[in-house]
Amino acid sequence: MTHQVTPAIASAGLSMRFRSGQLAVDGIDLEVPPGSVYGFLGPNGSGKTTTIRMLLGLIHPTAGHFRVLGTDALEGLDLVLPRVGALVEGPAFYPFLSGRENLARCDAADPTADPRTARARIGKALDQVGLLAAADKRYRAYSLGMKQRLGIAAGLLVPRDLMILDEPTNGLDPQGTREIRSLVKQIAADGTTVFVSSHLLAEVEQICSHVGVMSTGRLVFQGTLAALRGRGEPRILIRTSETGRAEKELSRLGLSGISSDEETVTAALGVERPEVINAELVKAGVPVAGLESVRPSLEDLFVELTGEGFNVNG
Amino acid sequence: MSTASAGLTGHVRPAALPARVQVRAWLRLFRSELRIVFLRPRNLAMLGVLAVIPVLLGIVLRINTPTPGSGPPSGAGQFIGQVADNGVFLSLLSIVVLLTLVLPLAVAVVSGDSVAGEAGLGTLRTLLTVPAGRMRLLLAKYAVIVKFCFAATVLVAAIGLLMGAILFPVGPVTLLSGDTVSLADGLARLAMIVVYVSCGLAAFGAIGLALSTLTQHAIGVMAALLVIAVASQILDTIQQVSAIHPYLPTHYWLMFDALLRTPITWSVIGQGLLSFGIYIVIFAGLAVARIRTANVTA
Repeated sequence: MTHQVTPAIASAGLSMRFRSGQLAVDGIDLEVPPGSVYGFLGPNGSGKTTTIRMLLGLIHPTAGHFRVLGTDALEGLDLVLPRVGALVEGPAFYPFLSGRENLARCDAADPTADPRTARARIGKALDQVGLLAAADKRYRAYSLGMKQRLGIAAGLLVPRDLMILDEPTNGLDPQGTREIRSLVKQIAADGTTVFVSSHLLAEVEQICSHVGVMSTGRLVFQGTLAALRGRGEPRILIRTSETGRAEKELSRLGLSGISSDEETVTAALGVERPEVINAELVKAGVPVAGLESVRPSLEDLFVELTGEGFNVNG
Repeated sequence: MSTASAGLTGHVRPAALPARVQVRAWLRLFRSELRIVFLRPRNLAMLGVLAVIPVLLGIVLRINTPTPGSGPPSGAGQFIGQVADNGVFLSLLSIVVLLTLVLPLAVAVVSGDSVAGEAGLGTLRTLLTVPAGRMRLLLAKYAVIVKFCFAATVLVAAIGLLMGAILFPVGPVTLLSGDTVSLADGLARLAMIVVYVSCGLAAFGAIGLALSTLTQHAIGVMAALLVIAVASQILDTIQQVSAIHPYLPTHYWLMFDALLRTPITWSVIGQGLLSFGIYIVIFAGLAVARIRTANVTA
């Protein structure tokens, strides 16, 4: 027994090239610390679901290797998957069975689950996700939010060391999203490592301790949420009627990355202090209507990393 | 149980489980598969059709009683003339009539749906991440197909026998070879025929299982299987291609009439069972090879 901290998920050069030749996942090195809530972020089509499918043994990587809960995938993922709860690419159940019957089916398929406690465990899982009242309704009649929650309930049938949730908030209304978020928080509070993917940073930002950002198959950032925030360079933003003179003054002061529109000028702050810049501008006779130092939001950093989205500033 | 094999939460590695526990866990999966197949409204409707046809056949023959010994000397005809004499033959007639299309259709629906249907619903990924285990699941799937083949054939034979007993006299059975055997002997032969026909259908189901692992469109597999069944039976009637007849999947299906002669030509039955066995080995093997390596992207 070693007392070294084993990552919940670790991969090296993990890659997936589809038969079409498309490199969906391009050599990613994941490291998910145990006990973390790891937000796996990236725009649609960036390789998140493909990565998750590999981690769960649904598809076979074309290069690289990975370990889940310390077990090498080559040793056989079936050895470790009973300790992993999973929801892949949306919930998938039998429409003609009720929620309870669907969970019974999942439990029956698990060779490590104890049939004697099945009834109680299924009831508890339904209760945890707030589906007890609708347990005997057919899955067909469930709303999207209920379907997602049933998917999570399937992962809660037995205690897990790791939960892998692929876009659990996809397509949900704000209320449904909030429910899922509090559910994830609960699961994490019980000591389970949670690996949750999303294409919307805002949806998981509040619950994650760590993030990995995917862009076109590559892992472009991995670390704590604080580290991601720290990446953002502070900028100075000046509101003025004379943007041309302000720009000239800022470049004289040695600031870089200067840009402006009709009434504002911004630049990377670098090592300068805002009050010094203010004084210099005033001394130069630039009318300063407002001045603030801003850090890019996580959303901005995310968009910058993934190179996605259109410029909302016009 | 050594502590090394137990995980943080007391989970036990499946491979470390005693064989007895593994078998019991597999039986639980098998029962779950049975429920999915046998409680599904669509499959129940199909079994209903299988049960109704012997009833209709019996009523038609009761109203329009054929003269004993009439009808062509082979195929369904060889039994029609005997139904009025002995109700047991309604059971055999039902099997022959349904074996041309409806029984293969029922097996095609269940076997074609087995893996492709789960892939289409997306439940295959749910089951595999449980993890049900690819081989465990495939084995349970095929076991249920075999069980369905037996259930369908037994159902047809039993309803045929019941209707035969209600509508016609039942007594010592006159075999195709002209000898007469006791009713008990006759029923024993009927039971053997049911087993033989079920084996033939199970071989057909193995083809369905293999095709079902190739796609997520169950309906395509069902259509392909029906084409195979019909084409095989048609080719079997064309003398110019007699060289391939013994290799056709349906060739031995109706050869069960060997069990209705004295002495029983066991060599024919043996060849039939061998043919079914070879089909099962080849196609179940293909299914195994496919499921072990398949990328589940549905």
